[in-house]
Amino acid sequence: MRVPTRTTRAMAIAMAGVFALSACGGSDDGGSGDGATGGGAGNPDATWSMYIGQPENPLVPGNTSETEGGQVVDSLWTGLVQYSREDTSVEYTGVAESIESDDQQNWTITLKDGWTFHDGTPVTASSFVDAWNYTALSDNAQQNSYFFSNIEGYDALQAETDDEGNVVAPPTATEMSGLEVVDDQTFTVALTSPFTQYPLTLGYTAFYPMSQAFLDDPEAMATDTPIGNGPFMAEAPLSDGQGIDLVRFDDYAGEDAAQSGGVSYRIYTDVNTAYNDVQGGNLDLVDSIPPDAIASAQDVFGDRYLESPSSSFQYLGYPLYDPRFQDVRVRQAMSMAIDRQAISDAIFQGSRTPADDFVSPVVNGYREGACEYCQYDPEAAKALLAETDFDTSQPIELWFNNGAGHDAWVQAVGNQLRDNLGVDYTLRGDLDFSQYLPLGDDQGFTGPFRSGWVMDYPSMQNYLESLFSTGAQPPAGSNNTFYSNPDFDALLQEANSAPTDDEAVELYQQADDVLLEDMPAIPMFFSVVQSVWSENISDVYVDPFTRVDAAAVTVNS
Amino acid sequence: MGRYVARRLLLTIPVLIGASFLIFAMVYALPGDPIRALAGDRPLPAAVQAALRAEYNLDDPLLVQYGKYVLGLVQGDFGTDFSGRPVLQTISERLPVTATLTGVAIVFEIIIGIAAGVLAGLRRGSFFDNLVLVTTTLLVSIPVLVLGFVSQYVFGVRLGVVPVAGISEGLYSYLLPGLILAAISLAYVARLTRTSLADSLRADYVRTARAKGLDRRTVVVRHTLRNSLIPVVTFIGADIGSLLGGAIITESVFNIPGLGRAVFESVQRQEGAVVVGVITLLVFFFIFFNLVVDVLYAVLDPRIRYE
Repeated sequence: MRVPTRTTRAMAIAMAGVFALSACGGSDDGGSGDGATGGGAGNPDATWSMYIGQPENPLVPGNTSETEGGQVVDSLWTGLVQYSREDTSVEYTGVAESIESDDQQNWTITLKDGWTFHDGTPVTASSFVDAWNYTALSDNAQQNSYFFSNIEGYDALQAETDDEGNVVAPPTATEMSGLEVVDDQTFTVALTSPFTQYPLTLGYTAFYPMSQAFLDDPEAMATDTPIGNGPFMAEAPLSDGQGIDLVRFDDYAGEDAAQSGGVSYRIYTDVNTAYNDVQGGNLDLVDSIPPDAIASAQDVFGDRYLESPSSSFQYLGYPLYDPRFQDVRVRQAMSMAIDRQAISDAIFQGSRTPADDFVSPVVNGYREGACEYCQYDPEAAKALLAETDFDTSQPIELWFNNGAGHDAWVQAVGNQLRDNLGVDYTLRGDLDFSQYLPLGDDQGFTGPFRSGWVMDYPSMQNYLESLFSTGAQPPAGSNNTFYSNPDFDALLQEANSAPTDDEAVELYQQADDVLLEDMPAIPMFFSVVQSVWSENISDVYVDPFTRVDAAAVTVNS
Repeated sequence: MGRYVARRLLLTIPVLIGASFLIFAMVYALPGDPIRALAGDRPLPAAVQAALRAEYNLDDPLLVQYGKYVLGLVQGDFGTDFSGRPVLQTISERLPVTATLTGVAIVFEIIIGIAAGVLAGLRRGSFFDNLVLVTTTLLVSIPVLVLGFVSQYVFGVRLGVVPVAGISEGLYSYLLPGLILAAISLAYVARLTRTSLADSLRADYVRTARAKGLDRRTVVVRHTLRNSLIPVVTFIGADIGSLLGGAIITESVFNIPGLGRAVFESVQRQEGAVVVGVITLLVFFFIFFNLVVDVLYAVLDPRIRYE
């Protein structure tokens, strides 16, 4: 690549000299494993390090909605319930002893004894109720506010706004009427309508308890050292652009206590750099390696390479407000004309699974091959499109947001539509996320548009209701296709209030069937994330939320 | 001299006000809705959006927003980014990092650049001269991104002689990034020095000095070099300013949490307070180092006087 000059060679030698000196100093990150892998209890006091991207928000559960900050928050906090590794069902290994209801609408939550925050104060019913009220109140501008919108009295905590989004009246209350503290270990939640799977939602970040220290002065505490109740505790605030060091919380009351002495989360702007760093042995874990590295990572890391299914669901939504996509046969035909596997192989090294349902395989109720119109069948697609009066002389406009790596696969979709349906396409990928989203909210898309969903809690409802129910149309929710079908809404309602979990899932599947016939969107891919780690650590597990179970990681002795 | 420096420093005030307003206006003019982007695919209730907009004055017209910003600034409040972190804290954490990186780069630039330039200039047409010519051409033409990743892979991952990324190993962590950051400027410094020195060596006063019997070493070091360094000093002075803010690529490749990265990320998120705060600071440094350069002229060339 580059002609070595005497100067650069001299530099290399000089650097090598400095290295020899500094190696004697040792490193403080505990990243110097001796190469032993697997087996054994590991070294319970050693620490390890992991890649994260820059968290977008302060490390406050009510304000953390993205995965980077979420990874840290999850290590620092433990919620009411946790999810099983096998089938993402509810496990009462968190703070809740039980979550019960007779009518699926009024829930009683009982807490276990003995849970404390990192500052030694006990976790009580108020720790939850006060935290939830704080997050819900619109004046506090917390991103996870809407997770409480199904609790009685939520609306009174929202400032009134006009059509332009200007506040016309402040909130009329600071506490939701549906939340009531019974005693230190018990509180009740009254929902606005029955929701059988409510306990399943409560493992999400938004529902974590907050310490009294935080609630007394939330603004100052947001950027100070976070105080949680989880397996790890922080000793200093997050350092901007650098990361945060956590140590094991010795008084942790849960079963999933940390198996290492601590974890150091290091912020990288570029995941390629992190991947280089883990190869160089200076970093222990990268949980989502760059797509270009997938092919070689298996050879380089061997059994220290792991593929984990994630809840991420990518789709191309139809702008149903556009007359061109009104005919259901047009929507079905376009979906059938796309060879998802070929696109995955060519562009993602096969690392994405072709979607065959509107819900991810990680949730209970997913059915393999449920989507009939997701099966690649170019002849049938062309024949079906010919039945309609779709104008094939007009190109299809394909929308995606700029700078997020969507160019290649959306273009591949366009090529397949052109080859299989004989209709040309144009790419509309010049808008940033900050322009793209408002355009979708304002019904501005003129063709299929890229969108995605990562689940908040492992329920079919989280996909179906959030993305396709009438009540979730913007600005209230994320139904950016503006799909509205009374049958679908009614089935969801019925499912939400079903007497048992199994019956709920069955009804969700019926609702799913309505979607699979109506095809308001083209299901494209389910994601799989690839992780690699150094010889220094073992027992790596990445959950469907793409979060590493940091407490379970052991450092090899 | 003192009055000259004072006058120049006073002049920076209007420049800073103008610059900060221009940058503020540019961030304001960016299309898109930063609050909507903050929520991503998730819904954000209208009332919550309104609260966020009010917090960052995003609803106000440009002049009102700027007025509120300056008012805060006068009281020592640089504002906060969207995660509630004070901008002043961001700056105070990142400035030392950027300053160290720039310092290391400038040292490389001066030592390697000037040394290569002087040696090439003294032996024009020699093998070494041609070698410098080829190497500097290569350095200037290879994108920093490529240079950064390749050298990171070779020296960091393969050979393991330098840390791959991060700043956890102190000054040692800055060696490779500093060298990469200096690469292009280093090439310019070498060429500038060579040409300038070669010109001076042909000057009459050099011949006179030699004719008087001064040895070559004294002529080069005392007379020629001092004269020929004036354009080089100008270049390096201006370069300090641009290295401080322009290290975005190097900072990203080597994961160095400096100011360049902060600006880059904040522009993407349209966090006006961070962008304006940091860039105004960089403008100040730029002006300051240019002043230092101007003062240095007088030291290098006694004929230059400032009143």
